[in-house]
Amino acid sequence: MLEIKSKLTSISFQRTVNIIWSLLVAVLALGFALFPILFVVAAAFNPTGALSTTTLIPNQISLKNFSDLLSDPAHPFLLWMWNSLKVSVITAILAVMISSFGAYAFSRFRFPGRQGLLYSLLLIQVFPNLLAMIALYIIVYQIGRYFPPLGLNTHAGLIFIYLGGALGGTIWLMKGFFDTIPRELDEAAVIDGASRGQVFFYIIFPLIRPILMVIGILSLIGTYGDFILARILITRTDNFTIAVGMSLFSNLQYNVEWGKFSAGAILGAFPIVILFYATQKWIVSGLTRGAVKG
Amino acid sequence: MKSKISKVGGPKRPSTSPLGFLAGYTLKLIGLAILDAIALWFLSQLYKDQVWFMFIVIGVITIGINLVFLVEKLYPFQWLAPGLALMILLVVYPVFFTIYTAFTNYSTSNLLTKSQVITALQSEQYISADGPAFSWTAFRSPEGAFAIWFISSDGKGYLGMPGQLLEQPLPGQGNLGALDENGVPLSLTGYTRLTKAQTVKHLTELTALQFGTKPGIITIASISKAAQYQQKYTYLPEQDQLLDNETGIVFTPVNGNFTSPDGTSLNPGFQVGVGLKNFIKLSNTAALRGPVLLVFSWTIGFALFSVLFSFALGLFLSVTFQNSLLPSVLIKAIRSVLLLPYAIPFFLSVLIWRGLFNQTIGVINRIFEALFHFSPLWFNDPGWAKAAIIIINVWLMFPYMMLITTGSLQSIPADLYEAAEVDGASSWQRFWKITLPLLLVSVGPLLVFSFAGTFNNFGLIFLYNRGGPPVPNTPTPIGHTDILISYVYNLAFGTSNADYGYASTITIVIFIIVAIMTIAQFKYTKVWEEV
Repeated sequence: MLEIKSKLTSISFQRTVNIIWSLLVAVLALGFALFPILFVVAAAFNPTGALSTTTLIPNQISLKNFSDLLSDPAHPFLLWMWNSLKVSVITAILAVMISSFGAYAFSRFRFPGRQGLLYSLLLIQVFPNLLAMIALYIIVYQIGRYFPPLGLNTHAGLIFIYLGGALGGTIWLMKGFFDTIPRELDEAAVIDGASRGQVFFYIIFPLIRPILMVIGILSLIGTYGDFILARILITRTDNFTIAVGMSLFSNLQYNVEWGKFSAGAILGAFPIVILFYATQKWIVSGLTRGAVKG
Repeated sequence: MKSKISKVGGPKRPSTSPLGFLAGYTLKLIGLAILDAIALWFLSQLYKDQVWFMFIVIGVITIGINLVFLVEKLYPFQWLAPGLALMILLVVYPVFFTIYTAFTNYSTSNLLTKSQVITALQSEQYISADGPAFSWTAFRSPEGAFAIWFISSDGKGYLGMPGQLLEQPLPGQGNLGALDENGVPLSLTGYTRLTKAQTVKHLTELTALQFGTKPGIITIASISKAAQYQQKYTYLPEQDQLLDNETGIVFTPVNGNFTSPDGTSLNPGFQVGVGLKNFIKLSNTAALRGPVLLVFSWTIGFALFSVLFSFALGLFLSVTFQNSLLPSVLIKAIRSVLLLPYAIPFFLSVLIWRGLFNQTIGVINRIFEALFHFSPLWFNDPGWAKAAIIIINVWLMFPYMMLITTGSLQSIPADLYEAAEVDGASSWQRFWKITLPLLLVSVGPLLVFSFAGTFNNFGLIFLYNRGGPPVPNTPTPIGHTDILISYVYNLAFGTSNADYGYASTITIVIFIIVAIMTIAQFKYTKVWEEV
C-alpha cells in the first residue's frame, strides 16, 4: 500500500498529472472558443455554400464564396468595409483628440465642479442609449434639414453622433495616464515661458502618444462593431456599415447564402482581429492592471 | 502641432512676445465670431420652425462656449469645450428629452402639439344641406380646363377656377364679357360657355373638381346647384373648446384628445403632460405589470448567469494555467488564441452562433441528433432559447474574465498559500478561503460593471431572435428572451402604434436600477476618495 501511495504522491507523478490536466483543459477550452470560428472558416471556403451542407472539415476548397460575395450587387461588401473603416478611423482620431483635451484639463487643473463633473460623466454613460435614439434621430434629422452633409444617412452625421460619447468613454483611463506624468515637467515649461497649449502639445503629447494610439484603436474597434446607431441613422444600402450590412444577410435566404455570409464574416473580422492582436499587449496589461488597483 | 521634441525636459523655446500673444488672441476672437455666426443662423432657422427644445439646447451651448473662451477664469473649460458641447447636445439633451417624454402621452396617435391639432381640425370641412348654395354655369377652354360662374342666393356672382381663390370681377375686367339677363357672363376670354346639354355631358368631370380655396371650397352638387364647404370645427379660445359646426357638439380637451360629452374623441390627439400616469399604469395594470416583471426577472437572470458562468470559466482557466507546468511560451500562446472570441466583432459572433444554433440544419443540432437523437428548439422553445443565449454570452465574455482574473491571481502573495499549506489546508480550502476573497476585492467592481453592461446588452438579444419566442396574449409585445431594453425598443420602434411615453417610462426605470448599482459599487470600493 505504501508503495502505491508513495508512487501517487511522488513529484514526477504529480507533474505528469498536472501536465495532462493542463493539456486537457487547454484542448477543451480551445475547442469551445474556436469551434464557431473554424466552422465559419470551413464554410467560407466550401463552394457548396449552404448551411445545411457545411461540415467542419470541408470536402472541397475553393474561393467561390469570396468571389460571389464581392460581385454581389445586393450586398456591396467592399463598399461596406470601406464605410466602416472610414467612419471608425475618423471617429477614433477625433474622439482621442477630444478626450485627451478633456483629460488634460481634469488632470492638470483644479476648478470648481471638477470632481462632480468627472463622476457625472461616468454616470451618464449608464443611461441606455436606446431610447435616446428617438432624440438622436430627431437631432440628426433637424440638422440635416439645414445642413444636409451632416444629416440622416450621411457618414458625417453618424460620426457626429458617435463623438457624443467621446468625452465620457475613455476619459478615466486617459486621465490616469496623464496623472502619471509628473507635474514638474509642466511647471518647468511654464517657467520657461510656455503657454498651456504649448505645454500640452510639446511636452505631454509626445509622452503619451503610445497610449493615445492604444485608446484610439480601442475606440476604433468599438465603433466598427456598433450596430444600433448605424442601423437607425443610415438608410441607403450604399451607405451601410459592415454591421448593418451583415445583419441583412441573416434575414433572408439564410441557408443558401451561408457560404457568402461566412466569407463576409472572415473579411469583416479580419482587420479588427489584426488590430486587436497588434495591441494585445497593451490591452491585456491595461485590463489586468485595472483589476489590480494599486 | 507636430512635436519637435524627441526627449523629455527639453522644450523648444516657444515665443511669448506681446505680438504673438495678440495674434493668438485675435485668432481666438475670429474663431469665436465664425462659430457664433453659424450658431445664430442655425438658431434663427430653429426659431422660425418653432423647434423649441433644440433651440434652447443649441443656444445654451453657444453662450457657454462664448463665456468659456472669453472669461479667463473659465480657462480649464476651454479644453473641455468640444467634448462637453457634444456631450450636452448628444447625451444630456436626449436624457432630458426621454425623462420629459415619460411624463407625456407622446405616441403615434398623440404626436402633435395642441396648436398643431387645432389647426389640423379647423381645416376639416363639411357640406350641410342648408349651407350656402349657388347656381352655376360652366365654361370650358379648348384644352379642357373649366371655369364656373357661380351665383349665390343673394345674387352675387363669382368666378371660380379649380384651386384658385374665388373672384368677383366686373364685366369688362379681366376676361369677363357682358352679363346676360340672369347675371351670367355671355363670354369669358379663352373659354366657351357651355349649354345645358353640353354641361350634362361633362357633369361627372365637373363634380370631381374643387373650385376656390379653403375654407369654403365649392363643389358641384347637381346640375342646378353647387354647394360650398364650411369649416367643421371652430376653436373657442376663451372656453378652450372646439365647436362642431355641423352637429353643435362641443369638444373639450381631455388628456390629449378633444372629447365630446358622450366620450367620443377626435383624432389626431396632441401631446400633453400626463404626470405620473405612465408610471402608475406600469405599476397598477396587472396585464402590463405581469409581463414586465417577467422580462425584468429574465434580465436579471440573464445578466447574473452570464457573469457567473463566464467568470467561473475564466477563473478556472486562469487558475489552471497559472499552476500549470507547461512551458510558459505555450501558455502564453494558448491564452492568446483564447482571446479570439473577444477580438471578433460582436455582431459577427452573434450572427455566426445564430447559424450554428439553427434548429433544423445548424451544426449543433446535427450533432445533437447524431448523439442524443433529439434536437432542442433553440429558437422556438423559451427554455432552450434562454440557454442558447447564455451559452453565447459565456463564449463572448469568458476571455475577458480570464484576463482580469489572471492579473489579480498573480498579485496574491505566495506566502499566504505556503502558510495555509503548513497549517494543513487542502488546495480546495486554499482556493475558497484565500484566493476567492482576495480576488473578489479587486475584480468585484469589474464584475458589477459587467453585470450592468449585460443588463443592457440589446445587441445580443435582438440579433439572436429579436427577443422571441413571443409570449402570447399580452397587451404589449413581449418575447421570452426579451430583456428590459429590447422590450423598450419594440415599444418604440417595433409596432405601428408606438407609445413613446410609456417606453420612456420603462427606460427611466432601467436607468434608475443601473444607476443605483453603479453608485453602490462606487461607494463600496471607495472610488470617491481617490480622485
